[in-house]
Parts: sequence; structure tokens; C-alpha cells
Amino acid sequence: MTLEALNLMPILPEIILLTLACAILLIDAFMRPGSRDTTYWLTQLSLALTFVAVLNGMSMDQRLSFDGSVINDGLSDLMKLAMILLTGMAFALARSYLKERDIHKGEFYILGLFGLLGMMIMVSSYSLLLIYLGLELMSLAMYAMVAIHRDDIRASEAAMKYFVLGALASGLLLYGMSLLYGITGSLDIAVIRQAVLGGEIPKLALLMAMLFMLTGLVFKLGAAPFHMWLPDVYDGAPTAVTLYLAAAPKIAALALLLRLFGDGLAGLLPDWQMLMIVFAVASLFVGNVIAIAQTSFKRMLAYSTVSHVGFILLGVLSGTADGFSAALFYTLAYGLMSLGGFGIITYLSSRGIEADQLDDLKGLNDRSPWMAFILLVLMFSMAGIPFTLGFWAKLAVLQAVVQIDLVWLAVYAVVMSVIGAFYYLRVLKMAYFDKPVVMGMPSRTFDMRWVLNGTGIAVLVLGLYPAGLVALCAQVF
Amino acid sequence: MFAHWPLLSLLVWLPILAGALVLLFASRSAQTARVMSLIASLGIFLLSLPLAFGFDPSQSAMQFVERYPWVPSFKVEYFLGVDGISMPLILLTSFTTVLVVLAGWEVIEEKTAQYMAAFLIMEGMMIATFAALDAVMFYFFFEAMLIPMYLVIGIWGGPRRVYATLKFFLYTFFGSVFMLIALIYMYFQAGSFSILDFHKLPLGMTEQILIFFAFLIAFAVKIPMWPVHTWLPDAHVEAPTGGSVILAAIMLKMGGYGLIRFSLPITPDASHVLDSFMIFLSLVAIVYIGFVALVQSDMKKLVAYSSISHMGFVTLGMFVVFMIMANSVGQGGASLALEGAMIQMVSHGFISAAMFLAIGVMYDRLHSREISAYGGVVNSMPIFAGFVVLFAMANVGLPGTSGFVGEFMVILASYKANFWIALIAALTLIVGAAYTLWMVKRVIFGEVRHAEVQGMSDLSARETLIMVSLAILVIGLGVWPDPLAHVMHATIDNLVQHIAQSKL
Repeated sequence: MTLEALNLMPILPEIILLTLACAILLIDAFMRPGSRDTTYWLTQLSLALTFVAVLNGMSMDQRLSFDGSVINDGLSDLMKLAMILLTGMAFALARSYLKERDIHKGEFYILGLFGLLGMMIMVSSYSLLLIYLGLELMSLAMYAMVAIHRDDIRASEAAMKYFVLGALASGLLLYGMSLLYGITGSLDIAVIRQAVLGGEIPKLALLMAMLFMLTGLVFKLGAAPFHMWLPDVYDGAPTAVTLYLAAAPKIAALALLLRLFGDGLAGLLPDWQMLMIVFAVASLFVGNVIAIAQTSFKRMLAYSTVSHVGFILLGVLSGTADGFSAALFYTLAYGLMSLGGFGIITYLSSRGIEADQLDDLKGLNDRSPWMAFILLVLMFSMAGIPFTLGFWAKLAVLQAVVQIDLVWLAVYAVVMSVIGAFYYLRVLKMAYFDKPVVMGMPSRTFDMRWVLNGTGIAVLVLGLYPAGLVALCAQVF
Repeated sequence: MFAHWPLLSLLVWLPILAGALVLLFASRSAQTARVMSLIASLGIFLLSLPLAFGFDPSQSAMQFVERYPWVPSFKVEYFLGVDGISMPLILLTSFTTVLVVLAGWEVIEEKTAQYMAAFLIMEGMMIATFAALDAVMFYFFFEAMLIPMYLVIGIWGGPRRVYATLKFFLYTFFGSVFMLIALIYMYFQAGSFSILDFHKLPLGMTEQILIFFAFLIAFAVKIPMWPVHTWLPDAHVEAPTGGSVILAAIMLKMGGYGLIRFSLPITPDASHVLDSFMIFLSLVAIVYIGFVALVQSDMKKLVAYSSISHMGFVTLGMFVVFMIMANSVGQGGASLALEGAMIQMVSHGFISAAMFLAIGVMYDRLHSREISAYGGVVNSMPIFAGFVVLFAMANVGLPGTSGFVGEFMVILASYKANFWIALIAALTLIVGAAYTLWMVKRVIFGEVRHAEVQGMSDLSARETLIMVSLAILVIGLGVWPDPLAHVMHATIDNLVQHIAQSKL
């Protein structure tokens, strides 16, 4: 391929993001420590520009480029928009929290941008190599972000754990990919798809490859029984970082599941479906039951993430377009809800006070009825009660599961969500039925206020009228 | 004049909007919140009247229908409409909400705006549940209702409120999730979520039985039927008066309404096969729970158990239908049983609301619900005592009160099914009389044993208004139940015809 024939337009948003991230890195290096707000606003500006670039090139058609290793379709564009939005919101919710802990450094934003770049590469990659590159770019940025508060022993421990286990998962994934490459002779997912559907390759080797790749990915997603790292990392990391870890990366991980299994290994559907059922059943159990025992709000949300991952897997394992769009819808809804949940912690934490325990929420309704209301909406949404987005997300996934005649699995999932409802209700019990220990609310910047309010309102409004988002999620498959 | 209004939509969304406005603009001043809520609830009650006047009782089809796509990708529709079964229940809801607002007037001093708003929002959700003809929409509001109720019991409730409200929420949530799966399953069979399409859906016996039980768990918890009733006494005891009134008068009706709207027409064959099981559960509720009520020392608990017992008549009326149809040639007996069940539901709405409000009146003065804390109330509150005796008589089912009509119809219809069922149901009226009148005797009459009782002031104008309006309805419906029966007639005949045909 000659340079003239090289069309860079398909990866324009990534190029813009990379360029701006490098520019911010340079600018930040020459700035006085007191003026990190400039870095923050520049970061938001570069996210906005990237957002516009994605939006501008958005189309529902499938466009392959770079010899078929980069794919742009409705799915990738929608996911990128969501990830950029969630990252921007996470930064807005993180800023005051970081300042009050004296870790408001430029690196936070720059690493965040590079992580986002990795995620964008992940959702657009159509070759095993590119997938791995994107994944590692994202993961490395996130390991460093977890460790950003380097004087904090728990955060350092979390980062260490995250790094070691994350590297192990990457290794598993890479091993699976190498097996797949060995069997099919290609890194290209389209070619792999044909080879697997053709059925002329040894099944056992293929199953081994599939098993390793699935394990690696499920590890990254945090599904049980590979969830052990997740609560420790989410809990140990500064909440500002947890915000970032919880929302957008799940979307990117879903993209990999859909590309690798829904597309590339579509021919092995019955095999990976069975494995995913096991993971989903385990995640729903672990996430919902262990969350009950938590006294820390942050850790409880981490376990609830495990159960949400279970629901996402339920959508994916159905193997139908409806199931994939349900999984996408659920992931987007989850991203918004988890952002709000962890956002409330950063909102309530002030200098020297970590509001990450359940007891810290006591009497929130007396302190600020509006903030309590947002918490109410978010918690009921996570529990899947109507009037909130979470209900529709659960409905979509349950529909997908019932459609493939796995009614028992749907029944299991709803029974687990009833168990899960208990700990969400307990959060609201603290906020509404108990008397406050401290009064007053920390004063917050307008961007933080608006992002958190917007999250709550979006969950409520989309809960009343989800048609647009649902249709969009259905359209991309 | 109202023919072209989206009347049902207004009845659903105006209360919710009003609730939001109360939250936004009246948080600082309790009085503003009260006045705003009263105006809103009265306005909504008036707005619900055209529903009754504009209703054509000769039709069995849905009326005031509104149908738009809501979430097209899931084939979920915004589909509202009423027939002779749901229309009276909507009126009951809008009427009861006015009472609740009035009943909480001076009593709720803390977070008044939130209290009033919760009931207004709940009103909209309850009306939507009765009017929804799309299954997901029904579920949407059926579940959403738990949110305000959870807060009402938890924030303004008694000492064990947290336990009671968690139990209430988890019990009802657990019940209804199975219904959701059944609805999704039927969606893939019928191709839409319309309840009317579900009615026509042919289903095999095994499917019907599974679906029947999925519905039964949801509605039996709500009604509540023995043995899943244990949340109700706890919830009632801890809830503030308004919460108890809405629970007893409306929320329990959702279970009965659900059975008549979903279980009977969607799974007629399963209902037929399992009718003796259902009748057994109903009789247990009527008899056993009646005896349990007898030994209660807490007035609210007593009335709560009596509610369960009375709702037993509702389920008895619904399932005795199949036995009647198997025995006799005509459908008159079957219609009688269903109409009896429906009238019993409406009448129980009035009577239980009245009983809980009466207990609330006493509680506001003495802050105790124990029967033993009272005695001789008639000496200090003669007017109040008069009303309590009236409502107690209605609770017993004295002829001339609304309580008599429904129970009599159900017992009469059961007689056509099986003599022994009718006998057992009728004999327990004596138990009902025993626990109600014994409570009245101990609370209202007798000697004044506590000095505080002497100091209780009689009804205020506000309380008298509540009591008078309920008394009029209880006696009115008891003496002349025909208008209510007339409204339901066509719908229930149609329903009986529908369930008489096997789906197999």
C-alpha cells in the first residue's frame, strides 16, 4: 500500500485524541502545579472535539479499512460516543475529589485520555493484534491511574493486584489468540469467522483457543469466578479513579466479546454459550449475595458491578441480534448508573472525609433532598425497578434469554435481582429513614453538580421514555 | 365535553406532575404542601367523575382507549382503557387519595411535602395499573408503586418501620418478578404485549399451569392470600394512617384485579383445574385468619387480619365460578360470584379505609394502637363512637351496609357450587362479627379505665367530613348497590363467557 492510498479518515477521531493528549501532556509539563484546572478544561475540550469527530463520521454501514483490521460500524461509533461521554463525566465528577486529596495531577487526565484511546481502538479493531494492542493501552493506563495516590497503601496494593492479575488475564487472552492464529492462519476476524464456520479445523484446538480467550476477557470484565480482583481494586483505588474504571471500560470489553465471540467465533455458539451461562450464573450469585454483607458503599457497588456483568453476559450468550443489542443497552445503562453511584461518593467526600461507607449516607434526605432523590433513582435503577432506566435494561436482557428458551435462566436472574434489591433498599434506608450524623453538604463546582444531576435525570427520563436509546441499540446490529 | 380528552392519561400523569410540583415548590412550607395537594387530589377526583358518567355500561369492550407506541423495539405500547372492572377501581383510587390527603393534614408535621407528594405520585401509578392494557405497562406501574410506599412506611412509620417496609417491598417484588417472566414468555407466543391479545392466546395445559402459578405468586402476595400474607400485618401496623388506608383500600385490590384481568381469562383451564386448591386457600384465609384476628391486641393488626379474611371472599368468588359452571347450565350463578367478588373489593375499599382512619383518629389523640389502652371512648367521643359502630357493622357484613352485599352474593353463588363451601364461608361471618364487635366493645364501650381517654376530644370538622363521606358511601352501596353492579354487568358476563370456553 502506498502512502497516497492510505486513507486516514476512518481513524480520524483516534488521531485527534492522540494528538491532543500529547499536546496536553506537553502543556501540562510546563504549567505551575496550581493551575491544573487548565489541564482539566483542555481535557474536556479534547474530548468534545473527539466526540464531534466521531459524530461527524457516524454511519450505520460497516466500513473496513487498513486491510480489514479496522472496522467502523454503528456499533463502534455508538460505543465510542458513549465512552467519550462517560469519560468526560467521570473527569467532571473526579476533579474536586482529586484536589481535596492533593492528587490533582495532569497525569490523571492524560492517562485517562490514553486509556480512552485504547478503548476506542478496542471497539474499532477487527484483527486480533489490534484488539490486544488496544486492550493493553487501556489496561496500562488504568494500572497507573489506580496507583496515582502513591502514598496510600491500599491504593498501591490495589494497583499491584490489578497489574498482576490483569497481566495474567492478558496472558491468557494472548495465548488463546495465538492458538487461534495457529489454527486458522489469520489474525483477521472475518477470515477466522469463515474458517470456524467452514468446520474443517480441529475442534479441540479451537475449543482450547476459545476457552483461553473467553477466560481472559471475562477476567477483564470481572465476572465470577474471576471477580476476586474487582472489589479490591474498585475499593482500594481513589474513588475518582474507580469512577473511570467502572463505566467506559466495560463498554470496550463488551465490544471485544461481541467482535470475538459474536462475530469471529459465531460458529462455536453452543460451546461458548454454555461457558457464559456458567459465568453469568456465578456472577449473579456472587455479586448479589456478597454485596449484602458489605458495610462499605463503595465495595457494595463493586460487588453490584459483578452482578451487572452477569446480566450483560446473559445478553451476549443468547447469540442473537436482540441479545447483543440488549447487552449493549444494559452496558450503556450500567455505565450511567455506576457513574452516578460512584459520583455520589466523590460528591459527598470532602477534604479529609471519605464518604464511602454506608453510614456516611445516613440522613441524606435531611441534608439534601435533591441528592437523596438522585441516589433513590440510581439505586432503584440498579435494582431494576420501573420508572428508571435499569428496568428496561433488565427487561431487554430477560427478553433475549426467554427468546432462546432459557426460561429457567431468566427466572434465576430475577430471583437474584430480588436478593440484590435488598442491599439497594438498605442504602435508601440509610439515606431516608435514618437521622443524619453530619449536616450540610460540601460545596461543589457547577460542572460536578450538573453532571451528577444530569446522570440522575437521564436515568429517570430514559426510564420513562427509553424508545430512542433502545432503537439505537437495536439498529447497530 | 370530555369525549375527546385523553382522560385516562390525564388521570395518570396529572397526579404524578402534581406530586413533582409539590416537591419542588412546597418543601419549605407545610401548609402550602397541604393546600396544593388537596386542590390537586380534589381536582383529580372531579376529573375522574366523567369516567363514570361517560362510561357506557352496555358495552363489554374497552372504553376511553388510548393506544400509542411506547418502546417500539420491545413492542411495548402505551395502551390505556377501562371496562366495567377497572373503572370503579379507578374512582375508588381517586376518592381514597382525597381522604388520605385530608387524614394527614395536621398529623404529618415532618417532611409534609414529601408525604403528600408520595401519595399523589402513588395515585397516578395506581390509576395507571388499573387502566393499563399493555402487560409491560401494567407491570411498570405495578412495580413502581412500591417506591413511594416503601418511603411512606419507612419515613413516617412506627418503631419497627424499617423491618416492615423492607419486608413489604421484598415480598411484593419477589412475587411480581415471576409474573414478568410469564409476560415475556407470552409475548413471544402472541407477538405483542397487549393484555387483550393474551386473552385470546391459545396455551397448552402445562404452559397454563406454569403461567397460572407465576401470576398467582404475584397476586397472592398482593391480595394477600394465606400463607403469603405475613407482610401485611407488619406493614399495616407500622405504616402511617394514610399508608394503611392506601394499602388496604387500593393496593390489595391490585391483587384481586390482577387475578380477574390476567389469571382467569389467560389461563382459564388451569384456573379450572386448580379451582379447588384456590377455594381451599380462600377458605383458610376466611376461617383461619378470622380466628387469628380474634386474638389480636393491636387494633391495626386486627383490622389487617380482617382485611385478609375479607379478601378471602374475593378470591372465593372468583374461583367458585368454575365449580358453578361445572354444576349448572346457566351462567347467572357464575356472574353472580364474580360480581360479588368485585363489589366486595369496592366495599372493602371503603370499609377498611374507614376502619384505619378511625384507628388513626384515636392514635392521633393517644398515640397507642393497643386495645387495652382504650375503653369507654364513647364517653368522650360520642359522635366518633357512632361512626365506629357503623363501620364495624359494615365490616361484620350487616344488611344495609356495603359489606353485606358482596359477601352475600359470594355466599349465594357458592351455594350453587357446593353446599359445604357456602356453609363454611357463611359460618365464619360469625367469627367476623366476634372479632369486630368484641374490639368495639373493648375500645368504644365499657368503663373509662384510663384517664387519658377522658380527655380525648371528639371529631374535628375535618375528621367529621372524612367519616361522613365514607358513611354515605358504605350505606349507599349497601342499600342500593345496583348502579355499581350495573356498570360491571356487561363486562363480567363477557368474562364469564370467555372463561367458559376452553383454550385447549
